[in-house]
Amino acid sequence: MNATTHAVKLGLARGWIEFRHSLTSSTDMYFNAFVAVAFVVVLYFQREVKLPGTDVSLAAATLPSMLALLVAVGGLVGTVGTLAVEREDGTLLRAKAMPHGMTGYLIGRIVSTSTAGLVTLVIVLVAGLILVPSMLGTGLGGWLMFAWVIVLGLLATLPLGAIVGSLTSNPQAAAGFSMLTIGALTSTSGIFYPITSMPEWLQVVSQIFPLYWLGLGMRSAFLPDSAVAAEIGQSWRFFETTGVLALWAVAGLLLAPPILRRMAKRESGSLVQERRERAMQRVS
Amino acid sequence: MEALSELPLNAEPARDDAVIEVSGLRMNYGPREVLNGVGFSVGAGEVIALLGPNGAGKTTTIEILEGFRGRSAGQVRVLGQDPAQGGEAWRARIGVVLQSWRDHGRWRVRELLRHLGRYYEPYRAPYPTDELIEAVGLTEHAGKRVNRLSGGQRRRLDVAIGIVGRPELLFLDEPTAGFDPQARRDFHDLVHRLSDLDSTTILLTTHDLDEAEKLAARILILSGGRIVADGSPDQLARGVSRDAQVRWSRDGELFVHATEDATRFVQGLFAQYGDAIEDLEVRRATLEDTYMAIVRKEER
Repeated sequence: MNATTHAVKLGLARGWIEFRHSLTSSTDMYFNAFVAVAFVVVLYFQREVKLPGTDVSLAAATLPSMLALLVAVGGLVGTVGTLAVEREDGTLLRAKAMPHGMTGYLIGRIVSTSTAGLVTLVIVLVAGLILVPSMLGTGLGGWLMFAWVIVLGLLATLPLGAIVGSLTSNPQAAAGFSMLTIGALTSTSGIFYPITSMPEWLQVVSQIFPLYWLGLGMRSAFLPDSAVAAEIGQSWRFFETTGVLALWAVAGLLLAPPILRRMAKRESGSLVQERRERAMQRVS
Repeated sequence: MEALSELPLNAEPARDDAVIEVSGLRMNYGPREVLNGVGFSVGAGEVIALLGPNGAGKTTTIEILEGFRGRSAGQVRVLGQDPAQGGEAWRARIGVVLQSWRDHGRWRVRELLRHLGRYYEPYRAPYPTDELIEAVGLTEHAGKRVNRLSGGQRRRLDVAIGIVGRPELLFLDEPTAGFDPQARRDFHDLVHRLSDLDSTTILLTTHDLDEAEKLAARILILSGGRIVADGSPDQLARGVSRDAQVRWSRDGELFVHATEDATRFVQGLFAQYGDAIEDLEVRRATLEDTYMAIVRKEER
C-alpha cells in the first residue's frame, strides 16, 4: 500500500465526511438561507431595470454575477476562515502528528470547501431561477461554461485562501482581511452593476483580479448574446477569461504549497495553547 | 547558534536499545535561554515522567522530541532518527497527546477515531476502533459529537487518538489534567496496559507527583533548563535525604524522630517501652518532598 495515495484516499473520505457534517449543521444551513434570501432581495429590486444598451433585465445579469461572487467567497473566504480556525483549534497540529496527515488534511479541506460552496451555489441558483425564469432556457453549452467557470474559479481562489490563511495570525484578522478584499473587489468588478459604467482606470484594475473574470464567465454562460453589449469590447472574451483565471490558479498552486509547508512547520502544541489563551482573552 | 562541536553537558554513554537519546540540547528564544544542555536517554519500554516547575522547559523539550520544534544546538535521536528530519514512516511510530486540543468538534467519536486510525494502515494495523473506545471508557459516548464531550471525556479521546496507531513511543503532555479520580484511575490502568502488554515507551509530563510515582519507574526533573535529577523515585528520595521520619505517642505525648535506619530504631523503641508505644508511623520522604527539596535547591 502506497502511503501517499492512501492519504489521498483518506483526504477524499475526510472531505466527504465534513461535507455531510455541513449538510446537517444548522449554522451552515442558516448561512446558506441568509445568503439566498439576501441575493433574492437584490434580484427582486432589479427585476424591472434593464441592462444598459440591451433589453435584458438587470436581475438576469446580476444572478450569474452573484454565482461568480459565491464561488470566490466560498473559495477564498471559506478557505481563509477554516484554515485560521483549524490552526487555532489544533486540527492542523493533529494532521501534522499523523503520518501523511497533512496530505489528507489538505485534500479533505479542498473537497469539503468546494462541496459546501456548491451547496450554497445550488440553493441561490434555485432561488434565483424563480425570479429570473429566463435562465431555465440556458442550453447545454451554457451549463458546460458554468461548470468550467466553477472549476477555474475554485482553482484560482482556493490556493489564494490557503496563502492568506497561512499568513494571518488569528481567525479575526483572517476573516477581516479576506472580507475586505472581497468587498473591495465586488464593488469594482461589475458584479452588481455593469463594469462599463465605471471609470476606465477602475476597469483596468478590476481586470487584473479573478472576480471580474469569474463574473464575465458566468454571464457568458447564462445571458443571451444581446447582453454582450454591456461588456468591455462587446465580447465575452472566453480565452481571456480562461487565461487570466488559469494564471491566478497556476500562481496560487505554485505559491501555496511552500507557504503552507512553512506555516505547518511552525505549528506546535505551545503555539496552539498560546492562541487558545489569546482567544479566551478575547471572549472574556 | 552554538558550535555543534561543543562538548555536550550531562553526556551519558549511548545505549543500544535507546529510544530517545539527548545530549547537550540547547534552545534559545532570542536572548532567552530555555534549555541549557539537557541530556538523558530513555530505553525501550521505559515509562518516564518529566517533572519541573512551569517555565522550566518541559514543553519545549517534548516538542523538540516530537519533531514539532527546531533546536539551537545539541544531539537528539528519537527512534534512531533526528526528529527535525523525521519522515512520515518515523511519524507513524510515534503517538502524541498534547494539552489543548479542541479540534474536530463536529465529528462523532467513533467516526473520528476510525478515520484517524486509517492513516496508520500502510505501516501497521491500527487498534480496532470499538476496542479502543472501550479501553478509554467512551463506549456509551461513541456516537456523540466530539464537542458534546465533557473535558475529561475529550481528553480520553485525545489519548485514544494518540495510541490508535500502536506507537512504539508515546508522548503524553499532562494527560490527566481535568480528570475525576475514577477517570484518573482508569487512565493509569490504560498506561500500565500499554507499557506491560505492548512495551510502549512512554514519556509523560505531569504536575501530579502522586501520578508520576504511580506510573513512572524513572523520574526526570527539569529545572532552569537542565536535568537536575534522574532516577527512580526511591533513588531520588535517597539522594535528598536518607532519613525516615518515625512518629509515635507514649502516655498521650507525641514524639517525632528522624533516622537513617528506621527498622533498628523502632526495634529499640519497643525493647525500651513495649506496649506503651502507640500511633506508630514510619514515613519515608515522598516524591513530593523530594521534588520540592530538589527544585528549591536549584532555584537558590
